[in-house]
Amino acid sequence: MKGSKSPRNFIASHLENVPKSGIRDFFDIVSTRKDIISLSIGEPDFVTPWHIREASIFALDHGATAYTANLGLLELRQLLSKYVHKSFGINYDPVSEILVTVGVSEAMDLAIRAITEPGDEIIYHEPCFVSYAPVIIFAHGKPVPVITAREEEFRLTPDLLEKRITGHTKALVLNFPTNPTGAVLDRNDIEGIADLVIKHDLLVITDEIYSELTYDGERLSIGALPGMKERTIFLNGFSKTWAMTGFRVGFSCAPPHLTDAMMKIHQYIMMCAPILSQKAAIEALRNGHSDIIEMRSEYKKRRNFICSSLNEMGLPCHVPKGAFYAFPYIGDYGMTAKEFSLRLLDEENVACVPGTAFGNSGEGFLRCSYAADMDDIKEAMNRMERFVKRLQKK
Amino acid sequence: MDELLKLLRKNALESPANMAKMLKLPEKEIKAKILAYEKKGIIRGYQAIVNEDQLDLNRVRAVIEVKITPEREGGFNRIAARLSKFREVESLFLMSGGYDLLVFINGVNLKEVASFVSEKLATVNGVVSTSTHFMLKTYKDQGVLMEMEKEDERLKVSP
Ligand SMILES: Cc1ncc(COP(=O)(O)O)c(C=O)c1O
Repeated sequence: MKGSKSPRNFIASHLENVPKSGIRDFFDIVSTRKDIISLSIGEPDFVTPWHIREASIFALDHGATAYTANLGLLELRQLLSKYVHKSFGINYDPVSEILVTVGVSEAMDLAIRAITEPGDEIIYHEPCFVSYAPVIIFAHGKPVPVITAREEEFRLTPDLLEKRITGHTKALVLNFPTNPTGAVLDRNDIEGIADLVIKHDLLVITDEIYSELTYDGERLSIGALPGMKERTIFLNGFSKTWAMTGFRVGFSCAPPHLTDAMMKIHQYIMMCAPILSQKAAIEALRNGHSDIIEMRSEYKKRRNFICSSLNEMGLPCHVPKGAFYAFPYIGDYGMTAKEFSLRLLDEENVACVPGTAFGNSGEGFLRCSYAADMDDIKEAMNRMERFVKRLQKK
Repeated sequence: MDELLKLLRKNALESPANMAKMLKLPEKEIKAKILAYEKKGIIRGYQAIVNEDQLDLNRVRAVIEVKITPEREGGFNRIAARLSKFREVESLFLMSGGYDLLVFINGVNLKEVASFVSEKLATVNGVVSTSTHFMLKTYKDQGVLMEMEKEDERLKVSP
């Protein structure tokens, strides 16, 4: 055998152009440190409520170890149908319009792949969750970010949106409350966006994973507006609402033809979501309402605390109306977000994610997760205050 | 329940300044509300939750189910009030079901508890019968797990 010839580059070019996640970069740095306080974690600090874990253990005890129907357990879909109706006012048929997925992550991938043809433009608002642009690129679509601004509390306004709509636009991805900004839309915004979506014959994929963590104002899903159910894929999951990130379970609701298309991909690549996680999800929907109320009230206090602390120390921060992130502006100190967060880590052992991990428009911001123990948050705020005071002296 | 009370029940040492931030209220108002709760007797005191098992005190804790005869005027109250006054009695509840009062006792040793039951409790007029159970180990007390929680197992950074 002649072994000297080096192999050609096997990696697909459209994949090579996707940059490594900024979160991953930062993780590699942070994991080498000891004794840090991390406000960089995008998942609840609560463990999954015991009754939910116990339901999964009970199911395992009773031999629930097999595949389920591709769409997910019917009992779970029936409960989801009731839940979405009660909490969001949208009716979905459990047999033809609901698909249980491996997290919202999978559901987002399915939704994008089901609708995207090469060259289709998919609009999303930025700063945003890390996976939207890559998932669109993997599907050979063109990601089109709309930059939202601090002055408007990172809301997506119809005006901003309309400027980015072209003849190639296929769909719009919404995520309110937003990771990382905590932004929430008001009814006016949502109605204006819905009008544009209908006018330009677009589809909306709405990632509502944080919607149960809305602290102020009305909670309205765009899918609930007249004429919108037909053009909406509604995604939600259990990761944030019930602190179930490790269970990997989420769901999608959409009209039958869209659900069918997503299901086609899901059945070949995933078969079904893990049965034990589906069993846990059933328990969460049946008996987990009070868990949500408790967590929400706890997060709200932390939010108030962290925002007023940040503002007092001189890092201007809007009060996010949802999710569990504060997004202070740190651009007044002559450093990039990355430099700022690395120095904060070096000098005070506090880890916050630089805003640029959520798109270039996150420059000048820091994401501080308050899904952390209250004592840790207090200590982190003391340390950050010390850090900022030193910067201000110079 | 008032959010302020919830915070205090979780951590009575929380500073008024911090609670003011969390509840978006002026610090002065927090202090005034706490004072009012204390005055009204809604807040009855502040104590540390101690895991006595770790202290090797060799103290004995027991729960006693007590059946009593209700009285024509006052029902169970007179006897309950009387039992509450004993230093050994930590907590006392009126119960539905097979017995009437549930009494939590903290004693120096087994003998002390035994003599409390036989000499003081059982002899109270109206007490019909008692049934004593000794506590062996505390797993959770007042909502607090006695075993220290494991470290945060989440990744240090995640999206
Ligand atoms: C906006 C957003 N969407 C989706 C996800 C992924 O959720 P899941 O755990 O359901 O895959 C996250 C997790 O951080 C998120 O923040």
